[in-house]
Amino acid sequence: MKYDRKTFSGGAHIVDYKGFTNVLETVDADAPTKAYISMSMHIGAPSKPVVEVGEEVKMGQKVGESQGYVSVPAHSSVSGKVLAIQRMPMPSGRMVDTVVIENDFKDEWIKQPAQASIEEINAMDGAALQAKVLEAGVVGMGGATFPSHVKVAPPKEGQKFDVVILNGIECEPFLTADHRIMLEKPERVIAGLKYFLRMLKCDKGVIAIEENKMDAFEMMIRITEHEPQIETVVCREKYPQGSEKQLINAITGREVPPGGLPADVGVLVHNVATAAAVADAIEYDRPLIDRIVTLNGNGISKPMNYRVRIGTLYSDLIEQNGGVVTYPVKIISGGPMMGFAVYTLDIPVMKGTSGILVFNDESQVLMREPEAPCVRCARCVDHCPMRLEPTTLMKAAKKSDWAKAGAYDVTSCMECGSCGYVCPSMIPLVQYIRLAKQYVTSKDGTGAINPYLA
Amino acid sequence: MDNATKPLILSSSPHFHSRYTTERAMQEVALACLPAVASGIGFFGLNAALAVVLCVAGAVGADVLCQRIMGRPVMKGDASSVITGLLLAMCLPPSIPFWIAFLGGVLAIVIGKQVFGGLGQNIFNPAHIGRAILLASFPVYMTTWTPARGMGVDAITSATPMALMKLGAMEQLPSLAQVVVGRIGGCIGETSVIAILVGGGFLIIRKHIDWRIPAMYVGTVFVLAAAYGGVMGYGLLYPVYQVCCGGLLLGAFLMATDWVTSPVTKNGRLVFGAGLGLLTCMIRFFGGLSEGVCYSILIMNILTPLIDRYTRGRIYGRKGKAGKAV
Repeated sequence: MKYDRKTFSGGAHIVDYKGFTNVLETVDADAPTKAYISMSMHIGAPSKPVVEVGEEVKMGQKVGESQGYVSVPAHSSVSGKVLAIQRMPMPSGRMVDTVVIENDFKDEWIKQPAQASIEEINAMDGAALQAKVLEAGVVGMGGATFPSHVKVAPPKEGQKFDVVILNGIECEPFLTADHRIMLEKPERVIAGLKYFLRMLKCDKGVIAIEENKMDAFEMMIRITEHEPQIETVVCREKYPQGSEKQLINAITGREVPPGGLPADVGVLVHNVATAAAVADAIEYDRPLIDRIVTLNGNGISKPMNYRVRIGTLYSDLIEQNGGVVTYPVKIISGGPMMGFAVYTLDIPVMKGTSGILVFNDESQVLMREPEAPCVRCARCVDHCPMRLEPTTLMKAAKKSDWAKAGAYDVTSCMECGSCGYVCPSMIPLVQYIRLAKQYVTSKDGTGAINPYLA
Repeated sequence: MDNATKPLILSSSPHFHSRYTTERAMQEVALACLPAVASGIGFFGLNAALAVVLCVAGAVGADVLCQRIMGRPVMKGDASSVITGLLLAMCLPPSIPFWIAFLGGVLAIVIGKQVFGGLGQNIFNPAHIGRAILLASFPVYMTTWTPARGMGVDAITSATPMALMKLGAMEQLPSLAQVVVGRIGGCIGETSVIAILVGGGFLIIRKHIDWRIPAMYVGTVFVLAAAYGGVMGYGLLYPVYQVCCGGLLLGAFLMATDWVTSPVTKNGRLVFGAGLGLLTCMIRFFGGLSEGVCYSILIMNILTPLIDRYTRGRIYGRKGKAGKAV
């Protein structure tokens, strides 16, 4: 099939390591004996627990209520009894309120998901559809976990969306969760995209797929044959092709201004898994209580894609997969470029958990040599997808020259890690840039406020 | 500590790294110098071979010694001082006395690199610092040329093509074929066009260097030489000789592209290359010397931070002009 490969400037070619799991059908993971429903599975105000210890809850029952506009509710992924409401770590290491529910394995729904009639759905206006998305607790499932209902709000006066992009790029190495959902539930993904178009009064949808997923591309082409408003495009395999700003640039040629939002250039980007979750929310009233998680790395017995109930502990999932093969040295929640290294496996799967990667000390991919002097090779400059100068920012950070870091647009850095990946001197550029960002963005200039903990 | 209690490594992203390291890049740059070095040894004989060995020995020895004295860790597998030694030897005359070659290697590293703080900190290209010091200290040795093998024994032809062009003696220039192969008078590593292009092409294909600097440098010299040659009535081949003879190609591909001393911005590299071409032509056409590559590179090295400052790229999403200089 003939196709144009779209892309952006900068970025790095990274071995994708997807061959382990991209052909493996998603398997339903066992429901956990205890589900740990975190109150902060989204960006924004954490939700507030609305159940009591000892209370019986049903599957899909709301256990956390959203607090404010940029916030979503959290639902129980099992039926059973609330054992405790306790502080537990998120993958980032931050402690948050978590509702612990003992599973009675009856899987009783509070309201069995049932398909609404087409008339019923067609009668709903934008605000009603948006309410459904909010009630289901849908967030961006690519990892950013931004509440989806905020991004599908009916367009304001004078606001116009020309195109909604579905992000099926999944440019992080190892991860194949989005790939599998496009292959296994393509009609849900397309249904979600059509709701996006309807809610945003937009008449063009684009599904963007990286060229290492040609089977998903062909699947989408086939399924959208009679959908003239939907186009499927191939993007070049390059990191970070799936970054929102880079994807918008590749598809539309537009650039989101610094500090601006995609809406400023008439575009919205949603993840493919989010689209499927939105379709489920609108058509079935089904809350977001499970997701696909890729399990991989040389520290586990077999790579797999699992459909996991949200709230399952990493340790429970790895246990049922056969445990770890040798003692792991690094465990990453998410992808290796932007994911979090975790210090324990007693962390629940969240709405944004796309993968769990376990590496032991034989892993070649975690190579880390000591930092050597910068030799000004400019590879970081050439590869930065935001066209910043990471080497200049790093040197400013080393000298605590925050004014210079600010003047060289440190706040435009999205921490994709391309510079750190390509640096031949093994300089942890992103870490230096984070430090500079922290100082530049702190209100009093002292850097005392850590934006990652605030 | 046994494995069961060993804590997990915690670090912030990215957790992944490419296999491209400075050591490997340096080794490949050193490899890229070898065709030109080999052709120099082929044309100028054992004397040239010994000069190369002594330059490298002086540079590597001085590098290790300096790191020891200053109590810095000695970087293993770091071939940067090997490159400095090779590049210095490549721009020395084949008849250079051995002790001068060795001294040049030492001075290039000590004065050109380590006094600035070692790898990555130097302002100037260390090999050119070495050459400039030698040229100022031993002008006779540094400007005595021996004919390449197979060139014949005609006394005049042992003068380098650069000197001939300076005198306006176009009719005595060697044939272009001789120039391309490298069977002409000149420094050890600068005479063979083919060998330098092989090395330079390898570096560009392997993405160790950016094409912008050599392209702008050579292009500028070609255009200016064509104009100057036209005014002086030197004929149509004059710009070709200006590009292919002397140290221009060696400088453009292997020396001006030195990571540490060239700009990090893409536009900056274009400006850098154009500036090099302009300076080289000024020295060649109007200066007292017949060759100007070495001093052009040293002068543009000084301007590198300034060029970087004024050639910042337009960041993603910003409208209009690039960011202000800071």
